Amino acid sequence: MQWEVVIGLETHVQLQTKSKQFSGASTTYGAEPNTQACEVSIALPGVLPVLNKQSVECAIKFGLAIDADIAPRSIFARKNYFYPDLPKGYQISQFELPVVGKGKITIQVPAGKNTEAYEKVINITRAHLEEDAGKSVHDAVEGMSGIDLNRAGTPLLEIVTEPDMRSAAEAVAYAKKLHELVQWIGICDGNMQEGSFRCDVNVSVRPKGTEKLGTRREIKNLNSFKFMLQAIEYETQWQIETLEDGGTIQQATILFNPDTGETRAMRSKEEANDYRYFPDPDLLPLEVTEADKTRVRADMPELPQALQARFTSEYQLSGYDASNLTSSRAVADYFVAVVNAGGDAKQAANWVMGALSAKLNAEEKTVAESPVSAGQLAALLKRIADNTISNNAAKQVFEGLWAGEGEVDAIIEAKGLKQVSDTGAIEAIINDVLAANQAMVEEYKAGKEKAFNALVGQCMKASKGKANPAQVNELLKSKLG
Amino acid sequence: MMINSSLKQLGQQLASKQISSVELTQAYLQRVTQLNPTINAFITLDEEKTITQAKAADARIAAGDFGPLTGIPLAQKDIFCAKGWRTTCSSKMLETFIAPYDAHVISQFDAAGAVNLGKTNMDEFAMGSSNETSYFGGVKNPWDFDRVPGGSSGGSAAAVAARLCAAATGTDTGGSIRQPASLCGFTGLKPTYGLVSRYGMIAFASSLDQAGPMAKSAEDCALMLNVMAGFDERDSTSVNREKEDYTRGLAHMHGEQPLKGLRIGLPKEYFAEGLSADVAKVIETAIAEYKKLGAEIVDISLPNNNLSIPVYYVLAPAEASSNLSRYDGVRYGHRAAEYNDLQEMYMKSRAEGFGAEVKRRILIGTYVLSAGYYDAYYLKAQQIRRLIAQDFVEAFKHCDVIMGPAAPSTAFKAGEKTSDPVAMYLEDLYTIAVNLAGLPGMSIPAGFAQNGDGKPLPVGLQIIGNYFDEARMLDVGHAYQQVTDWHTQMPVALENI
Amino acid sequence: MALNLEDIKRIAHLARIEVSDTEAQETLNKLSGILGLIEQMQAVDTAGIAPMSHSQDVTQRLREDVVTQTNQRELFQSIAPATQDGLYLVPKVIE
Repeated sequence: MQWEVVIGLETHVQLQTKSKQFSGASTTYGAEPNTQACEVSIALPGVLPVLNKQSVECAIKFGLAIDADIAPRSIFARKNYFYPDLPKGYQISQFELPVVGKGKITIQVPAGKNTEAYEKVINITRAHLEEDAGKSVHDAVEGMSGIDLNRAGTPLLEIVTEPDMRSAAEAVAYAKKLHELVQWIGICDGNMQEGSFRCDVNVSVRPKGTEKLGTRREIKNLNSFKFMLQAIEYETQWQIETLEDGGTIQQATILFNPDTGETRAMRSKEEANDYRYFPDPDLLPLEVTEADKTRVRADMPELPQALQARFTSEYQLSGYDASNLTSSRAVADYFVAVVNAGGDAKQAANWVMGALSAKLNAEEKTVAESPVSAGQLAALLKRIADNTISNNAAKQVFEGLWAGEGEVDAIIEAKGLKQVSDTGAIEAIINDVLAANQAMVEEYKAGKEKAFNALVGQCMKASKGKANPAQVNELLKSKLG
Repeated sequence: MMINSSLKQLGQQLASKQISSVELTQAYLQRVTQLNPTINAFITLDEEKTITQAKAADARIAAGDFGPLTGIPLAQKDIFCAKGWRTTCSSKMLETFIAPYDAHVISQFDAAGAVNLGKTNMDEFAMGSSNETSYFGGVKNPWDFDRVPGGSSGGSAAAVAARLCAAATGTDTGGSIRQPASLCGFTGLKPTYGLVSRYGMIAFASSLDQAGPMAKSAEDCALMLNVMAGFDERDSTSVNREKEDYTRGLAHMHGEQPLKGLRIGLPKEYFAEGLSADVAKVIETAIAEYKKLGAEIVDISLPNNNLSIPVYYVLAPAEASSNLSRYDGVRYGHRAAEYNDLQEMYMKSRAEGFGAEVKRRILIGTYVLSAGYYDAYYLKAQQIRRLIAQDFVEAFKHCDVIMGPAAPSTAFKAGEKTSDPVAMYLEDLYTIAVNLAGLPGMSIPAGFAQNGDGKPLPVGLQIIGNYFDEARMLDVGHAYQQVTDWHTQMPVALENI
Repeated sequence: MALNLEDIKRIAHLARIEVSDTEAQETLNKLSGILGLIEQMQAVDTAGIAPMSHSQDVTQRLREDVVTQTNQRELFQSIAPATQDGLYLVPKVIE
């Protein structure tokens, strides 16, 4: 039987705020345990929550970025359950009326072994504001867990998709796109190691061609794209094998073990949860007006889609190039900086996506960490445009820039890469080459076009690559009459 | 006699240095020492802290930096966190809890220079109408030691009635200020929801809880409310409105017919089945007095009033079940001595730390919110809550204040209703709807009924106002207290102690 | 909706309150009485009535994103049942 995997994601995005969702405690990562756990964070008797303005603005930004409905009135609810890292015994979240409603995110799924690259629209069901829990530190004392509530109350936006993804690759492409987007609009630092961006993945399988969804299992707290891919692939295979062996899938919450590459059900979540959601009486309905949206929109960077449109119309880039250059705000900013510093747009696009990106990938660096600045790349492109160096020579200059050997002109000078454009000097070379290759000249005159290219090659070789190829072409043609 | 002095009189004596705050405080502490072992109104006393505050108040008075309540000893319901004070909510769960911060109400009184005389007994987590659910034992009604003071603010009530403090604070979720005020014979006001910050007030049912003053007279309540009311940014439900002086109208409540033009609504549902005859008689006499003061009587109806009890016993336990989840033995409060794992630690700590009534309400609340029951109970109750609130909106189109009994009967005997929670819940028949609607309500002493043993038992008249109409209600109460002396009476046996 | 002993066990577990078998029957009786009182609501037609969560029709006030709280760990943990190295200690949490 042919199987189809159905995947939906719930992503917890820590919002970039100074203080917590409902109190004035700091959200800085990595402090000593419980030193950022104020009276509200530890849920002393009598404390009350007041909502952070900045986190509401983050939610509005996200809603605007995915073209979603933003609720004029949304409600905070209590999700009740007992867990030592949940000090109140309930999490303040949004249930029936979330602040962000339906929206869309377009993803680019890269080419696989047997598949072409393609685009797909993933529907966002909702995004709601809530608060993070604390952390349990295991075996700090034999047989005990230690509870650190510094993270308790940190603002989160939980972003939920429809079950729209049909492969691990699509799920990862979505997660990467979302990861870029939340950083793009400045609502999350994207730091997955510190848990700023955590994905829960719902996986189910069904016979291909059928409509009914299979029973899903939820893989919790994936904090790297690599693990996500592994976990989904393992889980999909496990579910298919289980069903093919005549078994059934039980709904479960599962954990991925990166060491073994396997998934397993969580023991603490065996019992069915009954969260007893109800509107939090300590908080009033959250109102978002048109004026709020206008204000927030004015504060937002140009979104990837808009930037793509501008790149194609203003710089005549292809849709493919424009889409690649807007894969992250850092890349787009770098590209725009190269162009603004005088680099040719088409060339800039080629270099950013080509040599620069290859080098960054090879050294696992982000564009922000690139040793070659946008200004340097623009200077390099100018030297290509004004015929100072050839494209080939430019690659050597780029290597020099990467290695920190100095500025563009100094490197050209030091490596002697300047192109020869002096007609007299080139003519002298051509004359020598023609004299030494009479046979080829005869072949050309007999109508063999190939011989011409061979002669150009000889001329370039003779100039040690420094002759301007266009000039060589032109002069050679006139000589051969 | 000093113990019967009004706050205004005490303030004048302090300001003119006829008496110091330390002297006044010591006089009250002495009275507490004598009577509290019997009455059990206070559960935590800390003479050192109290006297330190009194000394500070005297210094402020000497420096000329003082207000109407500077130096006056007040009793604080043990539901308010007061930094450095044991704050228990009358629960074993918090038996050793030393509050590490101040409730807004406490900071307001501190800023005003008032003296914290001690923390008063109450029903555990404010769940009860007789003070009998307290982990620290019941409280005696000063008028008859066999009877309850009402609840949940029973300790504050007995303290005010026995003149163990100049005035006290209470909280009212379903009648916890007004019912004990009625049963103990003093003036108690539950303000409009949102007028007094709930920050630091240990939550029972967040959408209903409201703190208010408990004092001898309307005038005293007005002075207390001046300190307690006010916007607090730490409480999302605190209403940001301009400060009012609640005493501003009191001076006009003298002379012939000061209430001329006032329309008093009498809801027919408040005078129907369930109201005992002796209470009805006292209320009718009080209404007649109001007519003499110039008021006009309007018959009104609150058709959904009888539903207020079922609605309340869905909504309050639901909110409470969630509010009390934080008592898990992890960060503070009672932790069981023996357990094998985390779940057992939770189950045992909470089973041991909470009393029977609190557990019942947590269980009811958990049930009505649980999967499959939410719509039939919680949602339904919230819908009927709106009907109940709309009844008042309609009623206030025809009247300025609503009057009726605050409690269906006089104080009942200790133990009389403890085995039957439902009978206990009916105590709040006339008070709960006011909380559900978020309106202000008060109870003022209106006379006495004789109990079977020939002892007089106080009866309270309830005055319900429109939203934020506390000043008018206090005027209305004050006008009555200018022509009656019920509010100045205290149990004869306690007068000369 | 009549309660039974199973319900008592279920909600007691949800609420993390130990109810012994001997207490369960008494609890069932008391809770059944309270539910009987609550049942009066079912006679009311509430179709189309908006539920009321708050007594006033106001919206949430927002707090400026400013850190106002300082470290009070020592004070807060002075009243904790069990701590070590700044952590609250509980029996081992099993995931």
